[in-house]
Amino acid sequence: MSEPITEGTTTVPDIDLPGDAFDALLAAVSTVSGDEPSEGPAIDFEGLRVESRGETTVVEVDGERFEAGSERELHEVAADNAAFVTNWHFFERVAGEGTPRRAFVRWLEAAEERSVGERYAALATGVVREWGQLRVTATVTDRGERRYDVRHLEDAGVPIDELDRHEDPRDARDIVTFDPDGRYRPLKTAPSLRGGWVFSALDHREMYEVVETVYPATVANWHREREGRLDVDHWRETMGRQSGIYGVVQTWDRGEGHEHVNWVAEACCADSQCLKRREWEYDDETDLDVDGGDGVFPCREPCSLVVSAARKWTRLEGETERTYEFELTPSEKEQLEALIDAVADGRTEEIREADLRDPANRYRARFLRAKRLDADGNLCGVPTDDE
Amino acid sequence: MQSLVILAHGSHLNPDSSAPTYAHADTIRASEAFDEVRTGFWKEEPHLREVLRTVEGDEIYVVPLFISEGYFTEEVIPRELRLAGWDVAEWDSDGISADQATLVAEDIGREVHYCGPVGTHRAMSDVIVRRAESVTDDPDVGEGFGLAVVGHGTERNENSAKAIEYHADRIRERGRFDEVRTLYMDEEPEVDDLPEHFESEDVVLVPLFIADGYHTQEDIPEDVGLCEDYRDGYDVPTAVDGTRIWYAGAVGTEPLMADVILERAADAGADLNDALATVRETTRVATGD
Repeated sequence: MSEPITEGTTTVPDIDLPGDAFDALLAAVSTVSGDEPSEGPAIDFEGLRVESRGETTVVEVDGERFEAGSERELHEVAADNAAFVTNWHFFERVAGEGTPRRAFVRWLEAAEERSVGERYAALATGVVREWGQLRVTATVTDRGERRYDVRHLEDAGVPIDELDRHEDPRDARDIVTFDPDGRYRPLKTAPSLRGGWVFSALDHREMYEVVETVYPATVANWHREREGRLDVDHWRETMGRQSGIYGVVQTWDRGEGHEHVNWVAEACCADSQCLKRREWEYDDETDLDVDGGDGVFPCREPCSLVVSAARKWTRLEGETERTYEFELTPSEKEQLEALIDAVADGRTEEIREADLRDPANRYRARFLRAKRLDADGNLCGVPTDDE
Repeated sequence: MQSLVILAHGSHLNPDSSAPTYAHADTIRASEAFDEVRTGFWKEEPHLREVLRTVEGDEIYVVPLFISEGYFTEEVIPRELRLAGWDVAEWDSDGISADQATLVAEDIGREVHYCGPVGTHRAMSDVIVRRAESVTDDPDVGEGFGLAVVGHGTERNENSAKAIEYHADRIRERGRFDEVRTLYMDEEPEVDDLPEHFESEDVVLVPLFIADGYHTQEDIPEDVGLCEDYRDGYDVPTAVDGTRIWYAGAVGTEPLMADVILERAADAGADLNDALATVRETTRVATGD
């Protein structure tokens, strides 16, 4: 989903100006006032402009001009325009500069596309973004503070009381470790995140830690990509730097094309297996022939699972093909194909026990084994190697 | 802004592998010695390759949660972090004396302090002793006890045995345990023959591994004879050929390991205030008072 969703109606909420935002504004004004003529406005950020001129502070909000001769008057102006002041305070004093974290919280509320008024109106009811299987909802409190709710996409409409509520971002570690069937998840970006939980009312750093725990380094890579400086390491470079037990993968590229890498990407990197969008190719001149996926965050090099798998395939693919002869009925041939599909698509668990129409049904597979595999497990009694 | 990055091996198969890394990171976060604490892995995420780009600080201390100086700390980690100009001579080590090297990590274009692994730091001797205290639930354990420090062996890396001998020597010199011996999984003296190497009736067996996994949960208990099949479990202590063996499991799971990580960073110049004292205190074995 590329567009943020705004929930409910949109009216700009009343914001009570919090003391820390006003103190920060005072501090910003005082650092540029004094005897020296100021070299520009103390604040110039997204429709809010504050400039100190001697005893008077000039405040412009969306082009409307106010003059404040005292701290009390300045407070009045700031309180009347609390959305703009708290917006400045959040991004310029709380979120800080230059980090992927800042870029992410701005993206969450579409800060580059929407005015402060539009944003606050939208945040009053909630702005929703999807990040992998996460659903992040940004809101603003009546004191202008950002709050975030993070949950699984599939729990979008579930009342908060029906979910396990968490406050400590580190709780996310347990959530990401096992899939819904209790199996260990070696790949954080696999689409196997379990649901049933919610982190609610987080501040932006806590929200960021949850996202970083669920999908490590994805924000950093997304940020680099948006800035046009994502450092992609293609297959050849990545395999070329492997050493130790992985050094063998270098022998898999024999200058005979990249078909094997297409197979790897199709096997491991499809959206059904990993939510990252594959940006790496065979090398910087040779693209792979398979789709990289539609994920919001990029994959910049073959991951450690792909490297490990490539090591195994390097050994297996080193074998020479040979011809075997098997006697099978047409349905048995198709059944073998269906079994491969069922395992490859992770579908075996959902095939009903009595659904004998499904070729990958357990009884069907057991019948085939009873009929076609000998005591040593050889298909049709044909030995793998010559006796 | 001061940042700590803890690097560990991790696993594609074993969810327990990264558990000590996270636990020690949490201990250090609670000490507030660093503005941020990040973890990176060889087999999990964030990968070593990408962990530095998740760091916001400008004073960055990188500590490998590895037992010995060797392939991972000298070749894999510097390569994956893209430490410009890395040469193992930067550590000027005899295999157990690595300190730190300050180099630009090309991934982020900023300097990092790349520290030696926790396993060869002198403070690791204290963790081995603390592990013995934990498994016996006795903060004064020593008298009447032998201590077996167990390592993988030299098959893959000669420095691995050096680290084990180093700590065993240091603990022996303190005279706390009646006897201290080193044993190995794949070379003589072998852990399989533990009772033959000790006169003490009670022996604490501490494997010098970072995390519990195949070696510490399956291999060693079966090889030592604590059980026929690791799936059956075993008691602590278990008597084998007349020796009561107190099997401690991986030393890296001991909470005091957080202290060694901090010591590494402190040696490289990190400003820790009273974090070292705090961590030593919060990870102590209760005395029962």
